[in-house]
Amino acid sequence: MSEIDLIDKVYRGFMKILVTVKRVVDYNVKVRVKADQSGVELANVKMSINPFCEIAVEEAIRLKEKGLATEVVVVSVGSKTCQETLRTALALGADRGIQVDTEDGLDSLAVAKLVAKVAKEEAADLIIMGKQAIDSDNNQTGQMVAALLDYPQATFASEIVIEDGAAQVTREIDGGLQVLSVALPAIVTTDLRLNEPRFASLPNIMKAKRKPIAVKTAEELGVNTQSNVETVSVASPSDRKAGIKVGSVAELVEKLKHEAKVVS
Amino acid sequence: MSLLIIAEHDNNELKPSTLNTIAAAQKISDDIHVLIAGSQCQSVVEQTVQVESVQKVLVADNGAYEHQLAENISKLVVDIADAYGHILSPATTTGKNLLPRVAALLDVAQLSDVVEVISPDTFVRPIYAGNALATVKTTDKVKVLTIRTTGFDAVSSQGGSAEVVILEQVIDSTQSQFISEQLAESDRPELTAASIIVSGGRGMGSGENFHLIESVADKLGAAVGASRAAVDAGFVPNDWQVGQTGKTVAPDLYIAVGISGAIQHLAGMKDSKVIVAINKDEEAPIFQIADYGLVADLFEAVPELEKSL
Ligand SMILES: Cc1cc2nc3c(=O)[nH]c(=O)nc-3n(C[C@H](O)[C@H](O)[C@H](O)COP(=O)(O)OP(=O)(O)OC[C@H]3O[C@@H](n4cnc5c(N)ncnc54)[C@H](O)[C@@H]3O)c2cc1C
Repeated sequence: MSEIDLIDKVYRGFMKILVTVKRVVDYNVKVRVKADQSGVELANVKMSINPFCEIAVEEAIRLKEKGLATEVVVVSVGSKTCQETLRTALALGADRGIQVDTEDGLDSLAVAKLVAKVAKEEAADLIIMGKQAIDSDNNQTGQMVAALLDYPQATFASEIVIEDGAAQVTREIDGGLQVLSVALPAIVTTDLRLNEPRFASLPNIMKAKRKPIAVKTAEELGVNTQSNVETVSVASPSDRKAGIKVGSVAELVEKLKHEAKVVS
Repeated sequence: MSLLIIAEHDNNELKPSTLNTIAAAQKISDDIHVLIAGSQCQSVVEQTVQVESVQKVLVADNGAYEHQLAENISKLVVDIADAYGHILSPATTTGKNLLPRVAALLDVAQLSDVVEVISPDTFVRPIYAGNALATVKTTDKVKVLTIRTTGFDAVSSQGGSAEVVILEQVIDSTQSQFISEQLAESDRPELTAASIIVSGGRGMGSGENFHLIESVADKLGAAVGASRAAVDAGFVPNDWQVGQTGKTVAPDLYIAVGISGAIQHLAGMKDSKVIVAINKDEEAPIFQIADYGLVADLFEAVPELEKSL
C-alpha cells in the first residue's frame, strides 16, 4: 500500500487495528512457587486478561468509536483457554478474535513471530499491545513485533493521537514524557495511564458469545516456536520479615539514627 | 568473547545505571566495550573512557542518534553485533525500548531485568512482580540482557583508560520522528540512584500535600517517589512511580507514607535496606515488610518528622 493510500484509509476511518491479549494470573493473586521449583502454582488460580492488554483493547475501541477505525481484531496466543480472554475483549467491543493455538508460555520472540504473521495477513494499520504481561514481566513482545515487521514503535504510551497517516504518541519514560510521531503501520504499547477500561455490559457479554473466533496454528502461519531459553528453576525470594512498630515520631527518629544508622 | 554495553546517557552525562550494568558485565567477560550512540556526545565519551573495566568505547555521534530512537539504534547495534557474545543495557525505559528490538533482529531471545549472573549463560530474573525468581539458561549465540541496576553495585567511574573507536554508520529512519520531550527538572537526587527515598501514596490526598513529603526529603537529601495511585490521581508526575511497572529502587532507607503496600508497589522497593511505613491503618500490608512501622495520621506525623530531623 502506498503512503497516499494509507493516509486516505486513515482519513476515511478505514483503519484496521490489531490488538493482542494475554491470559495471565489475576493481578490480585499472590502467586506461590511450586514445591519442586518447576514454576509457579497455576492450578485453581484466578486468571484474567493482562491489565495492559485490557488497556490496549479499550484504546482500540475508542479509536473505532471516534470513527478512526473500521475494525478491531484481537489475537491471543496460547491453548484453548485463551479463548476466554478473547471473549473478554469481544465483550468490551472488539469485532472478532483469532486464537493462535499453541502450548501456553511460549517466549516473547515466538509470540512476536506469530503476531507479526497475523498482522501481515490481516494488513493491520495499527497494532496495539500491552507494554508487559504481569506474569513474565518481560516487556518485549511489542518491540519484537516492530523489529520483525520493520515497523516503527512507540512504547509505554499514555496518549495516542491519529493524524495524517501517523500516530502521535506520548510515552512515559524514566525522565518524564516524550512525544514521538510514528508513521503507520506502527506498533504502540500501552502504559497504565493511557485510559481506564470500561466494564463490559451484560448485553455486550451476550453479544460477544456470537462474535467469531478463528483458530490458527503455528504451522499454518509458518512459524517455528522453539526457544533456546530453558527455565532451570523457579524459587521464592527470601522473605522480608515485619520489624517493629514504633510508638511515636521521636522513637522512629531515634531508631533511624542509632539502631539502623541510616540517618545522621 | 567480547561483551557490548549500550550506554545510558543524555548526550552530556553518562548515567549511573551504566555503571551498574558494567558491574554485571564483569561477571561475564573481561573484554567490555561500551557503545555511545548520541549526538554531540563528546563529554559522555570522555567520562566513559575513564570508567573501571571498560576496554573500548565505540562512538556513533550523529544527529540520527540524538533521541535514542529504537528504529535507528537497533540497526546500528545489529551491524556490529557479530563481534559479541553478549549485549547488555540497563533495564531503564531506554534499554527496555531498544534491546527487544535488537534481539528480534538477531533472532535470539532477550532476558529482562537480570538481577544475578550465575554463569555467562545462566541468569536470575524476577517474574510475577518479584514474587518468584526464575533461573534461566540460554544457548543463543548472542545473549541479550537488560540489567536491573539494583542487583549490582556500580563500578567506579575512574581508573579505566579505554580505547576510542569511531563508528561511521548512520542509520536514519524516517518512520519515527521525535516531536518533543518534557523532562522533570529537580535538584533532588534521581530516584534510582538515591540512597534515601520518601514516597507518598493515595493517602496524601492531593498534589499540594506532597510538599509535606518534599520537606522531609530535602532535610534528608532524599529523592521523592510515589505509588501508582498517587500518579493516577494526578498528584505527581509519572516518573515518580515506584513498582512492578514503574521504577525499581533499593535505597538504604525507604519511607512509605500513606501507601497501603500492594504487591505491585512492593515489587519496586522491597529490596531497600531499611523500610519505614507511616500509615493510619494498622492492618495495611506495608507493615508486613516494614522494619519500622508508625501507625499514625500522616498529616500529624510527617510535619513532626520534618521538625525532628
Ligand atoms: C497492572 C498493574 C500494575 C501496577 N503497577 C504499580 C506500580 O508500578 N506501582 C504501584 O505503586 N502500584 C501499581 N499498581 C497499583 C497497585 O495495585 C495499588 O493499587 C497501588 O499501589 C495503591 O496505591 P496506594 O498504596 O497509594 O493507595 P491505597 O491502596 O489506596 O492506599 C492508601 C493508603 O493510605 C493510607 N492513608 C490514607 N489516609 C491516611 C492518613 N491521613 N494518614 C496515614 N495514612 C493514610 C490508607 O490507610 C491506605 O493504606 C499496579 C496495578 C496494576 C493492576
